[in-house]
Amino acid sequence: MTETRAPNTLTPSSPAVAPGVAGAVAPDTLLRVDNLVKHFEIRGGLLGMSRVGAVKAVDGVSFSVRRGEALGLVGESGCGKTTLGKVILRLLPATSGRVEMDGQVLFDIPARGEPRRRPVYASNEAMKKVRQNMQVVFQDPYASLNPRMSVGELVGEGPLVHGMTDKKEREALVRDMLGRVGLNQSHIHRYPHEFSGGQRQRIGIARALALHPAFIVCDEPVSALDVSIQSQVLNLLNDLQAELGLTYLFIAHNLAVVEHISDRVGVMYLGKLVEMANVDDIYANPRHPYTVALLSAVPEPDPHRRKKRIILKGDIPSPANPPSGCRFHTRCWLREQLGRPERCTTEEPVLRALGSGQESACHFAEEISPEAVASAVASSGPTVTAEP
Amino acid sequence: MVGRSLREIIWARLRRDRVAMICLVILVVYYLIGILGPVVAGILNDSPYTLHPDLISEMGGKPIAAYGGISAAHPLGVEWGTGRDILAQLLFGLRISLVISTVATLMTVVLGVVIGIVAGYSRGVTDNFLGRLMDLILAFPFLLIVMSLSGVLTQRLTQLGVPEGNASRILYLILVMSFFGWPYLARIVRGQVLSLREREFVEASVAMGAGRRRILFSEILPNLWAPILVYATLTLPNYIGLEAALSFLGVGVLPPDVTFGSMLANSVTYVNVVPTYLFIPGTALVILVVSFNLLGDSLRDALDPKGVH
Repeated sequence: MTETRAPNTLTPSSPAVAPGVAGAVAPDTLLRVDNLVKHFEIRGGLLGMSRVGAVKAVDGVSFSVRRGEALGLVGESGCGKTTLGKVILRLLPATSGRVEMDGQVLFDIPARGEPRRRPVYASNEAMKKVRQNMQVVFQDPYASLNPRMSVGELVGEGPLVHGMTDKKEREALVRDMLGRVGLNQSHIHRYPHEFSGGQRQRIGIARALALHPAFIVCDEPVSALDVSIQSQVLNLLNDLQAELGLTYLFIAHNLAVVEHISDRVGVMYLGKLVEMANVDDIYANPRHPYTVALLSAVPEPDPHRRKKRIILKGDIPSPANPPSGCRFHTRCWLREQLGRPERCTTEEPVLRALGSGQESACHFAEEISPEAVASAVASSGPTVTAEP
Repeated sequence: MVGRSLREIIWARLRRDRVAMICLVILVVYYLIGILGPVVAGILNDSPYTLHPDLISEMGGKPIAAYGGISAAHPLGVEWGTGRDILAQLLFGLRISLVISTVATLMTVVLGVVIGIVAGYSRGVTDNFLGRLMDLILAFPFLLIVMSLSGVLTQRLTQLGVPEGNASRILYLILVMSFFGWPYLARIVRGQVLSLREREFVEASVAMGAGRRRILFSEILPNLWAPILVYATLTLPNYIGLEAALSFLGVGVLPPDVTFGSMLANSVTYVNVVPTYLFIPGTALVILVVSFNLLGDSLRDALDPKGVH
């Protein structure tokens, strides 16, 4: 694809592009997302003719995923992580931004205010090839399997679409996939409703694997499952990754789940990436006040240890009307501690490198210290203690 | 469990449903009679076109034997005024009624499903256009249009090469019924598709690289069988009744051909004197309609993959 490296479309110094992915692309980059924006229009007025606003579900997100790694993406409900996954997969049309998968540009749409140019979309044939290489495992194992199709048809559908017309060959492939995900091969003629949630999710994984993709978007693949089943499915995903050299974009709202599976973690808040770091760094040394608060909310399994939490005030603001400046400033404990600096409300922080590969979108990321966190916990009041 | 295809599962479930099997047998018999009616009438050595002036009184044409002229040769009696055999009329009438209602139902279902799916899946301008088209057709005063256009359109059909007389009148009925019938089904299908297309399994299929046709007809359509079948099994008896009503109003099939509708229409005049005229075609019609409805119910249950088995 000749247009993929057009230098004028991506200026590394441009503030719109996050610094973490700026500069030369590492050769082992599999997926590259640049300044991705997805706004859902709110229509109103007579017959819905006028645009009265937009829900900014994803608002300028840039990152890249290296071949063979698992990138975790966490955030509260409604922060745009699922939308982000769907836009990358082109299941939803992007508002603007650029996604490149294994050297193939899926789309490249100029943002508002950028010099006008024609948006670039991968052709249908190119897209079909990419889809073979880029699969998805959905959150809801009940909604994501067609109730009218048997397991064999479900898992074999992808190969059929991609030209494996021989029935015997397809059945052999399906049986192989069922074995890989730990299902009984004799289940091939059964229907989804005959399976439990965990088994259904395995069918979903087998369906994604059947195309031999390099990259799989896991959209909260375990959050609909029983806790006892979650770890089984996570271990399966881990094993498959090691065995097949898969690359994951792992979307979840559960930090423990993400820690288990990811190499790197990105934290999203209100459609923006606020922190991105290696999994060990982010859990040991979070560099964004939102990440600190999220981590303090992870449940403590030991009932005798009293855990102190930072309770964030209020609800997540509406993505249709996000706060000015830093989007987190309305709920930020660090801002309170620092005496409400004006910069938080006026200037939008960009994701910046803090050394050691960690990136944070906080103006005052350097101010986060164990002492600061401790005093934030103390000021959160008596409600923060875990029930014994 | 050894692998069974969905069709085998459905068939096994239907087999266990006694009501469904009884209805199925009744319907098969009805259709066989519809196909073999003339043969049966031939065996009985009679036809609905044969007049039996010897069986009716010379004054007024009342059948001589009791209960509308019931006798060994004419077990259901003979017609007032002409002496035509009622059983033969029933056998021949069933054929025309079944042809009209079955073909019209098939056309309605095909039109309704295809247009409904396209409207539901495409949204936007196409959906708007098809939606307004449905509104327009539904807003037409059906009976008035059918009656007023009958003459002109039947003539036009004859000009197009359809044999004159009842052939073109039957074709006219079929066309009119399906033309005015499909929007109801299309609306149901469209609504279902609107919700189905947002389901994750459709997204999964898109993510797999499936084309639009595959998504519409392999992913979405199988999930529509239940409402389509139920609608079809309700529409078919409805069309039999509609044909009867139109024949009653004089738009339908002309004598000497008979249908359930014209038999019912004729019977009304004599209902006080010879009630069997009304009850015989009426009962035949009721059995047919109820069988269709009950079978439709059972089919819907059997088609539900979550059903017990």
